[in-house]
Amino acid sequence: MTLIQFLIVATALFSFGLYGVITRKNAVLVLASVELMLAAVNINLVAFDVYLDDPLNSGQIFTLFTIALAAAEVGIGIAIILMIYRNRQSADVDDLDLMKG
Amino acid sequence: MTVFIEAAIKVAVAFVFIMLTTLVLVWAERKWVSDLQNRIGPDRAGPFGILQTLADGLKAFFKESIRPTQSIYLLYLVAPIAALIPALLIFLVIPIGAPIEIGGTTYTLQVMDLNIGLLYVLAVSSLAVYAITLAGWSSGSKYPLLGAVRASAQMISYEAAMGLALVPVVLLTSTTSIAGIVDAQQGTFGSFIPAWNIVLIPSFIIFLIAGFAETNRPPFDLVEAESEIVGYHTEYSGFAFALFFLAEYINVFNMSALTVTLFLGGWAGPVPSFLPTWIQWLVPVFWFLLKTWAFVFLFVWVRATLPRMRYDKLMTFGWKRLIPVSLAWIILCAVAIGFREFGAPWS
Amino acid sequence: MTVTISEFFKESANWAFLAIAVPTLFAGWRTVTSNNIVRAVLYLVVSLGGTAGLFFMLGAEFVGWTVVLVYIGAVIILFLIGIMITRAPLGQEADLSHAMNVKAPAALLSTVVFGVITWAMIDAFGNNMIPPFEPTATSDLSLLLFDRFVIPFEVVSFVLLAALIGGIAIARQDEEVVS
Repeated sequence: MTLIQFLIVATALFSFGLYGVITRKNAVLVLASVELMLAAVNINLVAFDVYLDDPLNSGQIFTLFTIALAAAEVGIGIAIILMIYRNRQSADVDDLDLMKG
Repeated sequence: MTVFIEAAIKVAVAFVFIMLTTLVLVWAERKWVSDLQNRIGPDRAGPFGILQTLADGLKAFFKESIRPTQSIYLLYLVAPIAALIPALLIFLVIPIGAPIEIGGTTYTLQVMDLNIGLLYVLAVSSLAVYAITLAGWSSGSKYPLLGAVRASAQMISYEAAMGLALVPVVLLTSTTSIAGIVDAQQGTFGSFIPAWNIVLIPSFIIFLIAGFAETNRPPFDLVEAESEIVGYHTEYSGFAFALFFLAEYINVFNMSALTVTLFLGGWAGPVPSFLPTWIQWLVPVFWFLLKTWAFVFLFVWVRATLPRMRYDKLMTFGWKRLIPVSLAWIILCAVAIGFREFGAPWS
Repeated sequence: MTVTISEFFKESANWAFLAIAVPTLFAGWRTVTSNNIVRAVLYLVVSLGGTAGLFFMLGAEFVGWTVVLVYIGAVIILFLIGIMITRAPLGQEADLSHAMNVKAPAALLSTVVFGVITWAMIDAFGNNMIPPFEPTATSDLSLLLFDRFVIPFEVVSFVLLAALIGGIAIARQDEEVVS
């Protein structure tokens, strides 16, 4: 197994996530695209960890941290989206323009 | 190639075993509940009503499957299958008996022994929430949706308690593979107290209670009280409904088997050495089945005895009581094991 | 690259890799282009499951099952609950993506990002094979986590605590003031 095949998969997922973040209107789907980007980063970290045969396994440990932080971020994000839905009856990012000049 | 053949045989045997066990379990539950409620249960279909489950299954199979017009049909059909798959997957890592020696090679009575079997069990049981969520969403109606949201919130809360309750087990046995945990419980403290993990009594109790909540069994069965509260399976009829309840009963057996394996020594038990070899292989299986069915009886006994918990009390109990207790117990266990391993910090 | 296509397909591990990577990429693409919100999240489940499969291929079993337990088992459920509560009227949704005047530049940008990064990677790592490895032992990870990486571990615990408290504080209903 080459290293590059994992990296290409990770970069492709990252670019899909990037496309999703810019394109999606629904706030929940923007969060989902961010999750895709984080998953791509995790693949990169673990692939490099195994490639370098790191005695410290720092890639996998870092991956555990990003998984935990992504979970925390999604939790807060969904809470915020629920609050916005409660106050504005819409989960569209285009409708949140109160601070627009 | 022989690896595949061996794996295929084990999977087939495990599947047949779990299906037969579930058949007997449904009948046993109805009989025990009726005994506890001072009435005769099913006794018409076959001797002592033992074919009742088969009759019910056939009836459910031939019933008309109603498709609600507002439902999303693909998800509606996938949800019962998504309920069955985690239930069957958990059974794959449970050792039924001691390793057997046939012709020089040792065969373990466990379909697969992962190095991180415990994490696998937790991960697969967390997939069981999907079935309920998808069932509620795809039914296309308000009440199943609300029931599904409630059920998934309940299951996620008690998953946290279940995972935390298993941490002292890993601390004590310093391995996450299920076969390793069973092996660490062989032997005795002193000379006659078996070295079972039940010394971790709070972990045992919390795991048992979380097991009740994970399988949506009474007293945590608010989400499927069909006559009182409309639940996530209201729009299901016929075979899909039967699949949901098949998955639930398989999960009851799984949870009992896991409790026995992780806390009560699994298949460990005295094996009389004067028996011929082929009976000696069956004795650990007998011990495992005895212990597991004792816990299945506990599940059924609790169903017949305890009233249903109200939803907010259920969530309070899970978050505010079980999780802090399990966290405190982890700290206590870690300190105790630290003393045992490294001596006192002040010496 | 010194690994040609025919050599690539001779190794059976690469067939398994393709069997996992292609559904992952397809699901990732459908997550960002699907018109049905529940389907988009379910495609994300498939994509994350593929990620876990790639971790298993690399021998990182603990991280792989943690992805299944945390991401698929909890985070996506949060997504589904969030969708269910913010989507009271059931039925086909209108449009979940912006119009073409946003989609075209976004597609161009992501293609450029993918191209630049891939070119840089092939330039740097094109010839390198992964050395034969053993599956990572959980005991190694746990020893490191509490020995070398204990400070980031504690910091992440604090972040999770803050997220827990913050989530409860944000989503709490305001108590009604009785006048």
